[in-house]
Amino acid sequence: MNEPPAKVQFDNLEQQHDASRLGMWLFLATEFLFFGVLFMAFAVHHLLHPQAFASAVKQTNLLCGSINAALLLTSGLTMALGVTAIQNGRSRACVNWVSLTLILGLVFLAVKGAEYAGDISKGLVPGRHFAMNGEPAAQIFFWLYWLMTGLHAIHLIVGIVMLAAIAWMTKQGRFSARYATPVELAGIYWGFVDLIWIFLYPLLYLIGRVK
Amino acid sequence: MNAVELPPPVETEEVNYLTCECGVKQWLLTTDHKRIGILFLYTILVFFTLAAVAAALMRIELLTPKGDLLLSADYNKLFTMHGVLMVWFFLIPSIPSVLGNFLVPLMIGARDLAFPKLNLLSWYLFVIGGALAMDAIIRGGVDTGWTFYAPYSTTYSNSHVIEMAAGIFVAGFGSILTGLNFIITIHKMRAPGLTWFRLPLFIWSMYSTSLILVLATPVLAMTLALMAIERIWGVGIFNPALGGDPVLFQHLFWFYSHPAVYIMILPGMGVASEVIPCFSRKAIFGYEFVAFSSVAIAVLGFLVWGHHMFVSGMSPYAGTVFSLMSFLVAVPSAIKVFNWTMTLHRGSISFSTPMLYVLGFIGLFTIGGLTGVFLACLAADVHLHDTYFVIAHFHYIMVGGMVTTFMAGLHYWWPKIVGRMYPEKLGQLSAVILFVGFNLTFFPMFILGGLGMPRRYHAYPPEFQIYHVLSTAGASILGIGYLLPVIYLLWSLKFGKKAPPNPWGATGLEWKTPSPPPKHNFHRTPIVHEPAYNFPPLDAS
Amino acid sequence: MNQGKHILSARSCVAVWIGLMAGFVLTLLLSRTHWGGYYTAAALAIAALQGLAVMAYYMHARVSSRLTWLFAASGIYWLAILFILGLADYLSRGWLK
Repeated sequence: MNEPPAKVQFDNLEQQHDASRLGMWLFLATEFLFFGVLFMAFAVHHLLHPQAFASAVKQTNLLCGSINAALLLTSGLTMALGVTAIQNGRSRACVNWVSLTLILGLVFLAVKGAEYAGDISKGLVPGRHFAMNGEPAAQIFFWLYWLMTGLHAIHLIVGIVMLAAIAWMTKQGRFSARYATPVELAGIYWGFVDLIWIFLYPLLYLIGRVK
Repeated sequence: MNAVELPPPVETEEVNYLTCECGVKQWLLTTDHKRIGILFLYTILVFFTLAAVAAALMRIELLTPKGDLLLSADYNKLFTMHGVLMVWFFLIPSIPSVLGNFLVPLMIGARDLAFPKLNLLSWYLFVIGGALAMDAIIRGGVDTGWTFYAPYSTTYSNSHVIEMAAGIFVAGFGSILTGLNFIITIHKMRAPGLTWFRLPLFIWSMYSTSLILVLATPVLAMTLALMAIERIWGVGIFNPALGGDPVLFQHLFWFYSHPAVYIMILPGMGVASEVIPCFSRKAIFGYEFVAFSSVAIAVLGFLVWGHHMFVSGMSPYAGTVFSLMSFLVAVPSAIKVFNWTMTLHRGSISFSTPMLYVLGFIGLFTIGGLTGVFLACLAADVHLHDTYFVIAHFHYIMVGGMVTTFMAGLHYWWPKIVGRMYPEKLGQLSAVILFVGFNLTFFPMFILGGLGMPRRYHAYPPEFQIYHVLSTAGASILGIGYLLPVIYLLWSLKFGKKAPPNPWGATGLEWKTPSPPPKHNFHRTPIVHEPAYNFPPLDAS
Repeated sequence: MNQGKHILSARSCVAVWIGLMAGFVLTLLLSRTHWGGYYTAAALAIAALQGLAVMAYYMHARVSSRLTWLFAASGIYWLAILFILGLADYLSRGWLK
C-alpha cells in the first residue's frame, strides 16, 4: 500500500489533502446556494398560498418519504463508519461499509421510483391531467416537489457512482491510513445528500398534515 | 517582497512556458495556469469583438431619430446580444480568468493553481457555453435583454431563450470552478513568509471576486434553469396567471447579478492597487483598508440587490432597506479612491501607459460610483429607472472601470506574459484616446437620461438627436482606442524589445522570475521577508 | 497526516445516528399535533439541528480545520441573506394599507 507522491503543484501530501477537502466544502457551499433557490421559491409560494400548499402536502406519499428518510440517515452512519475504518487502516471493513452505503442508496432510489410511479398514477404530475385542478397553486407545489426530489435524486446517483468507484479502488488497495483523501471526500459529499433530504422531508411530506 | 535564494535571471534563450511543448494538442490539453490564461485571453477577445460590433450597429442606428437601419425587433436582439456577450463572456472572465489565472500562482509563489485540471475544465465549459450562446444568436437571437425578466422570457418571447440560458448556465459553472480554484490556492499555497497582510492587493481583490463567483453564480444557474423549465412546461413559479410571482424572478436574478457587478469591478480595483504604487514608487496608503474594503464590497454587495427593483412592485419597506444598504456599499468604494489618491500624493509619478489607464480609471470610476448613489436613492430612481442615466452609470463602471483597468493590467503584465515590450508612445496615445472616446460616448447619456430618454428604444424624439450624435462620434473614437492596442500588441509579439524580468522596477514575486516565466514559475520556491510594495524611501524634499 | 485527532470513533458515529433517528421520529410524531404554523417552525428547527450534526460528524467538520467551518458557515450565511432580504419583501407587502 504505497502512498502516491503529492501532485507537482503541492509541497506535500498533507497540503494536497487539506486543499482537496477545503475544495469539496467550498463546492458544497455552492450547492447550498444552488438548492437554496428552490427552497426560496418554496418558501415564497408557501407564504403566498398556504392553503393550497397544505392540501398538496397531504397528497404526497408519507410512508415512502419516511422510509427514505430513515434509509438515508442510516446510510450516513454506514458511510461515516467506512471513513473511520480506512483511517484506521482497515480497508476490508471500509469496502464493506461503503458497499452497504451504496446498497442503501440504491434501495432509496427503488423506493423513490415506486413513489414516483404512485404519484403519476394519482395524477400528481402538473399539466393537463393534474388531479388537483381546483387549486392552481397546488400545481406550483408539485412542480417544486418534482424538481427538488429530482435534483436530489440526481445528486444521489452521482454519489452512488462515486461510492462504487471508491469501493473498487479500496478493494484494489489504493487507500490506506496514510492516504484516504478520496474516501473522505466521498464521505463529505454523501453527508450533503443526507443533509438535503433532512430538510426536504418535513417540507414535502409533513408540514400540511398538522391540524 | 524580497525573495532570497533566487538565481540571477539568465539572459540566454531559456526554455519558458511558451516555448516548451508547443503543439496544438499541448496547448489544448495544458494544465499550466499561464497557458490557460492565454486561452481565455483569445476566447474573450472574440466575444468582445462580436459584442462591440453589436454596439456599433446600435450606435449607427441611433444617429437618426427614426428607426431607419434596423427593425425594432432586431434592435432588441442586438442589445441583448451586446449585454449577454459583454457581461458573461467578456467582463466576468476578463481580469479574473485571464490576468488572475496568469498571476495568482505567480504572485503567491506557487507552481500552479490547486486544481489545474479543474482550471482547464473551466475554460472548456466557458467555450461550450459561448458556443451555445453564439448558436442561439446565429439561429435568430434573443430579444429579452440580458436580464431575461419573467414572464416575458418564460411565456411571450419567440426567440431562442432556452439555448442562450443554457450557454450562460454552462459558462457559469466555469466561473464557479475558477473562483473555487483561486480561493483554495490563496488559502493553501502561499510561499513561506507570505502572510495575508503581505499579499499583493491584487490577490485580495481576486479573493473577494472569487467569493462572489462561488456564492452567487449557483443562484443564477438555478434561476435560469427554472426560467427555462417554466418556458418548456409552463410551470407557473414566475407566472402570475398560474399563481406565481414574477418579482421572485427579479429577486433571484439580482441576488446574482448585483454581486456580479462587483465581479466586474473588484478585479479592476486590484489592478489599480498594483499599478499605482509601482508608478508612484511608494507603498500603498493604508494597505489594510484597501484589502478589507475589497472583502467589504464583496459582502455588502450581496445586501443591495433590491435597488434594481424599486419600481417592480416590491414592498416599499424592503425598498427602503435596500436603498440604505446601497448607500452603505459606497463607503468601501470611496475608501479605495481616497487611498489611491493618497498614494499618489508626494509620490514619484511616471506617466507610463498602465498608469495613464489607471489614472483615467480613478476619475471614471468615481463618476460611475457617485451616479450610482443617485440611483440608490428611492425617489430619484423612480424618475431615472430604465433611462439612459442608468446606461451611462453602469458603463462608467463596466467600461470606464473594468475595461480601462483590463487594458492597464494587460499593458502592465504584457512583458511578463509574452516576454516583449510594447511601444510606449503608442500605448500612452491609446490610453488617452480611450479616455476621450469613452467620455464623449457616455457622458451625453447622463443628460439624455435626465431628460427622460428610456433605454432599449431604437427610435426617439428629434430633440434628443444632438446627444446621440455626440455619443456615436465618441463611440468611433473609442473604437480606435480598442483597435490600436490590438495592432501594436500583436506587432510587439515579434518585433518588441525583449523584456527583462522586472521592466518597471516593481515589487512582487511575479517580477522575481524570468519573463516569460518557466513552466513551473520559479526555479526555487521563493521565501518572503518583507511587506508588499516595499519601495526604497523617496527623497522627502 | 491522518493523526488520531482527525478520526471519529465508531461509537460517536453511532451516537449521532441515534440522535438523528430520534429527531426524525420526533418530527413525524409532532405532525400529529394541533400546532398549526408552529409545527413548521419546530420541524425546521429539528431539521437544522440534524443538519448541524450531519455536518459536524458525517461530513467530518468536527475533526477538520476551523477554515472548514468558515466555508460551511459562508454557504449558510449567504443562503440566509437570500432568505431574509428576499422574504422581507413578501412579509412587508401587506403592511401598506
